Amino acid sequence: MSPNRAAWLFVTPALAVIGVFFLLPVLAAFALSLTDFDLYALADRDNLRFVGLGNYLDLLRTPMFWQSLGNTFYFVLVGVPLSIAVSLAAALLLDSKLARFKGFFRTALFAPVVTTIVAVAVIWRYFFHTRYGLVNYTLDLVGIPPIDWLGSADWSMPTIILFAVWKNFGYNMIILLAGLQAIPHDLYEAARIDGASFWKQLRHITLPMLKPTMLLVAIITTSGYFQLFAEPYVMTRGGPLQSTTSVLYFMFEEGFKWWNLGRASAVAFLLFALILGVTALMLRLGRRGEQP
Amino acid sequence: MNPRLAKVLVNGLLIGFAIVSLAPLAWMLSVSFMPAGEASAFPPPLLPSSPTLANYTQLFERDGMGRYLANSAFIASAVTLLSLAFNLAAGYAFAKLRFKGRERLFKTLLGALVIPAQVAMIPLFLLMKSLGLVNSYGGIIVPAMAGIFGIFLVRQYARSIPDELLEAARIDGAGELRIFARIVLPLLKPIIVTLAIFTFLASWNDFMWPLIVLSDQTYQTLPVALASLSREHVMDNELMMAGSVVTITPVLLLFLVLQRYYIQGLLLGSVKG
Amino acid sequence: MTRSTPMAARRAWRAAAACVCTLGLALLAACAPSRDTRTTITFWAMGREGEVVAELLPEFERRHPDIRVRLQQLPWTAVHEKLLTAFAGDALPDVGQLGNSWVAEFAALDALEPLDARVAASSVVARDDYFPGIWDTNVIDGATLGVPWYVDTRLVFYRKDLLAEAGFDSPPRDWDEWRRAMAAVKQLGGAKNYAILLPLDEFGPLLSLAIQKDAPLLKDDDTRGNFSSADFRDSFDFYTGMFASEWAPRMSDTQISNVWNEFSRGFFAFYINGPWNIGEFQRRLPADFQDKWTTMPLPGPDGAGASVAGGTSLVVFRQSDKQDAAWKLIEYFAEPAVQLRFHELTGDLPPRRSVWSDPQLADDRHAAAFREQLERVKPTPKVAEWERIVIEMQRAAERVARGGADPAKTLAALDREVDAILEKRRWILEHRKEAAP
Repeated sequence: MSPNRAAWLFVTPALAVIGVFFLLPVLAAFALSLTDFDLYALADRDNLRFVGLGNYLDLLRTPMFWQSLGNTFYFVLVGVPLSIAVSLAAALLLDSKLARFKGFFRTALFAPVVTTIVAVAVIWRYFFHTRYGLVNYTLDLVGIPPIDWLGSADWSMPTIILFAVWKNFGYNMIILLAGLQAIPHDLYEAARIDGASFWKQLRHITLPMLKPTMLLVAIITTSGYFQLFAEPYVMTRGGPLQSTTSVLYFMFEEGFKWWNLGRASAVAFLLFALILGVTALMLRLGRRGEQP
Repeated sequence: MNPRLAKVLVNGLLIGFAIVSLAPLAWMLSVSFMPAGEASAFPPPLLPSSPTLANYTQLFERDGMGRYLANSAFIASAVTLLSLAFNLAAGYAFAKLRFKGRERLFKTLLGALVIPAQVAMIPLFLLMKSLGLVNSYGGIIVPAMAGIFGIFLVRQYARSIPDELLEAARIDGAGELRIFARIVLPLLKPIIVTLAIFTFLASWNDFMWPLIVLSDQTYQTLPVALASLSREHVMDNELMMAGSVVTITPVLLLFLVLQRYYIQGLLLGSVKG
Repeated sequence: MTRSTPMAARRAWRAAAACVCTLGLALLAACAPSRDTRTTITFWAMGREGEVVAELLPEFERRHPDIRVRLQQLPWTAVHEKLLTAFAGDALPDVGQLGNSWVAEFAALDALEPLDARVAASSVVARDDYFPGIWDTNVIDGATLGVPWYVDTRLVFYRKDLLAEAGFDSPPRDWDEWRRAMAAVKQLGGAKNYAILLPLDEFGPLLSLAIQKDAPLLKDDDTRGNFSSADFRDSFDFYTGMFASEWAPRMSDTQISNVWNEFSRGFFAFYINGPWNIGEFQRRLPADFQDKWTTMPLPGPDGAGASVAGGTSLVVFRQSDKQDAAWKLIEYFAEPAVQLRFHELTGDLPPRRSVWSDPQLADDRHAAAFREQLERVKPTPKVAEWERIVIEMQRAAERVARGGADPAKTLAALDREVDAILEKRRWILEHRKEAAP
């Protein structure tokens, strides 16, 4: 067998699977988004209409779509920086020469990442119960009146953000820790001889050296956070007052609850375009900073 | 700052982090052993007054948890095995075998990595329907048999295999399949373990697609079953905690045993681009 | 680290492989076709009924040794979603329980088998014995698509003692009396207690109040929303007013940890709900509490009012190839003796008048209000999109009750939304008109 043919033998099965079960559906999704494919059409293909960009225009006039977009941006804009800040703090602590039992702490802090999101969302739902939850109990001990975490439209999203940060910070922590460990030690030595404080070292050595890693982490996290779904599905069902309905939750309801598959495909593509646009922008801003 | 004070501060903060990370999990375990209704009290009890296995018994005997556990284990194992076979072959070929259009093909694949999986879900459902795979194990397993990320991971690792080794084998007259099985696979072992645990955990924890494809309880995985149980038994705290314990424990143990490989994969995977 | 890597990897690898093989074999063994020659029909039932109905199946299988019933229980909160998913994925069962407001939806999808011939030939299913308003919900364009299993109409559970304390010896009969009673009860209970519980994520109460008015909820042959009508506005204002006056707490289902306990604690005095709760109240509350509560018909705008013709029906799905066996199961559940037993187990109310004459029901004082109400039930609009519309209606109500939105603007927006949802229906009706000669 020639190496060329062998190579094709090796790559074809995987490419076929990816092609048939991923790339082809993506193209089909675009085609579908130009139609009004729904339950009526599932029952009888005669009920299918080509609507061009109608679904997209329609969505832009749907208040619920804008609200879900707003909710998603809220989640991303608050959640991503918070998540990265926590990850960075944890990574700095773990990287510190003063820290003991590093292996244990690393594992402990990472544990939430591997847990099943549905299961821990169930836990958090009770953790944040207005009357019987441990969180309000703890607040009560320091004299703060109970907060209706998941029941009020003002607190529901912050609660979900806290949950997401708890669940995810360990992931970025590991990547940032690797980034920290790659910074040459003599840089710090020199700074120490100059008498620079911890904060000065952080600002002038650590953060600049960590920038490429930070950019990467920010992009991964942002595109992940745009895909918020399981948390509101389990904890709030999108409520109260639709305050936790994310774009993806909206797509799930349109598509797999009401079976407006054409419209849901349009939502999926808008979300995709959004993620692409935002991450491209981040990449561009990040790169521009590199060559002043 | 005083070095001793700094040391106390650093370790104290780490302990704080560890408590926040682990407390919900510990509380889950504790509540799962409480008799029904005990956790709905103020102040919330931290430990069960008289530990009981009743919640677990009910889950397995009445709510069919054993079935869901088996479903999850089977699906995650099958996905892991199959996707390993497909991704290893492809990743190795992209790293070490020369063929026409290799670079362009690989770039296309990498480009497709930015497409969120949800974009494909709707047509994929219709495709699965026409293949008769809705409401079956196949509906989950078949589309997961190969993944771009897995191929990428294998390729990154396989590039470190010295070409001389492969050339020497070829000169000795070994066929490509034989080279792959006898020389390449043993060298790839660390990345095989890494990819296996990655895939297994991802498949075990996956929620949205199984939620869509598996409406029949017979095939449901743990997360899907747990979500539906928790909507129906909103008031049964203790039962749901036991369900969470059953769902989380297998993956947590797997991670604890193989965490080195998992973290290696995480770092390898994040240096793309 | 480097040295231990291949070893550890190999060990882990072997362990994993062993696990997978064992599991795979076990599952294969479990899935192997059994040599059962009986006809197996799949039956989907929901929530508590799904749990309880299992007790009735052995008797059916004893009488029909050639039929085996595979029962699937679906949680109520996800039923509608699951049914549609199953329709989309060609995975519907042979026979199933369907909320009767969903019959039109599945009829539009052509997913239900017409049962007229079977009903006509049946010695058990006697059409005239059923409450007409309930039977009617199963008839779409002249075809009977389901047989009522149990009925559900909304009425009011209330605390007799609290009402008496507030100075009302008989239950209110119309909205004005009800308003006065609620104001008095609220005054009695103070800031921490309320007059009525209306969970903001349940559309049942508002729908029940809305259906009492004359104006239909949809207009133009059910192709457009009619929520800006003066009649609906009355019901809507009555409903949202209960929150504005602090008679009802602004809460969703998930925020109330235990309805029954809160009722006995006096957290609220009125509760609009269905008949299955008679049994729950009797079972879950202490004996000395039982004479403190009872039920009353839903007060109407002026005097005794109508309520929603709810409940569930048993249907045969069209693509089933075991329709004869499926029909036998429906006939079995329609037998008066089985209906009575089902009522004992669930508290659900039977749709047949003859069953109501049994002393067990005739003497039940809590059920009496339902019996009265059942003669005055009205169906909801029979359009495929109804479930979605009614959820949008409730979201609008929540925006006003909880978010303080302007009612007129909110209802106008609701009509626009509903019109958009019904766009496809309008097109299909046009289309059919053109296609017809």
